[in-house]
Amino acid sequence: MNDQRHWLYRPENTRKLWRWGFGILSASVLAQLVFAVHGHFGFDGWFGFNAVYGFLTCMTMVLFAKLLGTFVKRDDTYYQDRADDRRGER
Amino acid sequence: MSGLAFPPGLILLLGGIVLPFFGPTGRRIVVLGLPLVTLWAVWSVPDGPAVTARLLEYEVVLVEGDRLSRLFGTIFAIMSAAGGLFALGNARTIELCASLVYAGAAIGVIFAGDLLTLFVFWELMAVGSTLVLWSAGTVAAYRASMRYLSIHLLGGLVLMAGIAAWVASTGGIEFGRMTEALSDGGLNSAGAWLILAGFLLNAGAPPLSAWLPDAYPEASPSGMVTLSAFTTKTAVYVLIVGFAGTQLLVWLGLYMVFYGIVYALLENDMRRILAYSIVNQVGFMVTGIGIGTAMAVNGSAAHAFTHIIYKALLLMSAGAVLHMTGRRKCSDLGGLIQTMPLTATCGIVGALAISSFPLTSGFISKSMIPQAALDGHLTFVWFALAAASAGVFLHAGIKFPWFVFFQKDSGLRPPEPPMGMRVAMVIFAALCIILGVAPGLLYEILSEPVDYVPYTGEHVVAQLQLLLFSGLAFFIMLPMLKRTLTISLDWDWFYRRLGPTLVKSLGDVILSADRTFRAVFLGLLRRGLEGAKTHYGPESVAARSWTTAGMVLCAVAALGLYLIFLYW
Repeated sequence: MNDQRHWLYRPENTRKLWRWGFGILSASVLAQLVFAVHGHFGFDGWFGFNAVYGFLTCMTMVLFAKLLGTFVKRDDTYYQDRADDRRGER
Repeated sequence: MSGLAFPPGLILLLGGIVLPFFGPTGRRIVVLGLPLVTLWAVWSVPDGPAVTARLLEYEVVLVEGDRLSRLFGTIFAIMSAAGGLFALGNARTIELCASLVYAGAAIGVIFAGDLLTLFVFWELMAVGSTLVLWSAGTVAAYRASMRYLSIHLLGGLVLMAGIAAWVASTGGIEFGRMTEALSDGGLNSAGAWLILAGFLLNAGAPPLSAWLPDAYPEASPSGMVTLSAFTTKTAVYVLIVGFAGTQLLVWLGLYMVFYGIVYALLENDMRRILAYSIVNQVGFMVTGIGIGTAMAVNGSAAHAFTHIIYKALLLMSAGAVLHMTGRRKCSDLGGLIQTMPLTATCGIVGALAISSFPLTSGFISKSMIPQAALDGHLTFVWFALAAASAGVFLHAGIKFPWFVFFQKDSGLRPPEPPMGMRVAMVIFAALCIILGVAPGLLYEILSEPVDYVPYTGEHVVAQLQLLLFSGLAFFIMLPMLKRTLTISLDWDWFYRRLGPTLVKSLGDVILSADRTFRAVFLGLLRRGLEGAKTHYGPESVAARSWTTAGMVLCAVAALGLYLIFLYW
């Protein structure tokens, strides 16, 4: 183990992991063929609605966070500097 | 079982006070044993007032039981035991004492039958939690604890004002439903609003939500585990009792849900990510309380119960990493699954539970809240909650384990944490799965009868799609989520930056005004002194020395004048 990388970190496994990931994603959508998902409000009953909704809302949240970040992000020493300054003044 | 004449909260509270007088083995017994005694005491509390006393002209109800208070008392006792197990051997004694006092005070609030008892335990909780924070022993923790204490004392003040107004207008001190009083318009309405504000502050509601992610991550590894459980969940309890069905809470809850997600996405500190997600999860509960139906209130209470377990589990996992590596920032961590597989597995179980994956505790509790929105035809609320569920997986469910245990290999090779920490994590991970597999265990002790089946094919498939595709979005957007060495400004900027800046500039104005006035006054004084010196000083006209002849002349003139006046 020490001279060999963990299996998660071996490049030949990255492709395999992605393939498995997509397999699981497709399975979750195809499961709808067995367990019917009717939706609750009439317009949300189409095939794969929840998958699309989850994906798009998450994209939106990440983009919104990114946008907000441009306004509110500061260096992680932002408040510390200030506190040390004040202490220095005394 | 009606023989209990002792508030269950006092067991832990007094235990915390006497703990330092015990030796190491005695401490172990107290820290692990008293929560179990408390659990017994909680279930011995009968329905209705159990312990009363007279205080001035009021009859205070120190202990009043019902199904809801026993539910919260149960999870608080379990949490206290597991938190103690995690902390033993790693935390300072003062932290163990403070944790017991804090948990005892929280249980005191849960069983308080009147507003005065509630207030006393409420303030004791603030003191206990501040001490937990303080006992981390760092400068950062000390500063954070002072900010934390200021905010909570402010909250206590608002609550006290509310209670005073309420008691003055209604004449009674009993604590019960106040929702209708909010729209009365009288003094009792003002009281109810102030009480609501005091409760909401502890729940981490806007605009003062920032105290939570500001303070908790500065605690010790075990301190944050304890802190995560009690303050916010006590607030959820009192909100359920006092303000179920207040529509404003739906909107405040939804704000908290999305605030938690967005800020956690921007965050680099692993424990601050989890702190934001506390606000997020309490947001779900507050939304449920706002909806206010039996299903919604059950959902909020059940979610508080499961949340305490999986959030403590997540923080134990993060705490174990911090304990073994001394690092908190995602940008310094990664690849720890290689040497901490147990910690990683427990962290992942917690992450799946917080994301409401089927077969975990989060799935059987959280889904009751959207179900209540559905039953009430609240379409917008339902869609917002669905998006938020996906967002929970995004910001806590994947982000925390991914950046800590996977992603790039940081090169760190820490071993697993000490035995106590491992056992505490395994017990809570097991509870997350047991409750997920056997929801009846929890549903049976909820306050309202449960008419809900979480495991239907449709619900499971819909939830899996929602979550798995949220995971896909995470990995596609990963470059945008790259960790940076930053913090994000929050409402606390107003009292941590703007407030001090204003005070400092006001001080500067006062200082310069004072300086100017003093300069002007001193100038005037100096000119006056110089004038006096010119006229009366040693060199002045008045002080000039005269010749003897001149003096004689003056004396003769004066005598002459005197003669003239004499004979006038």
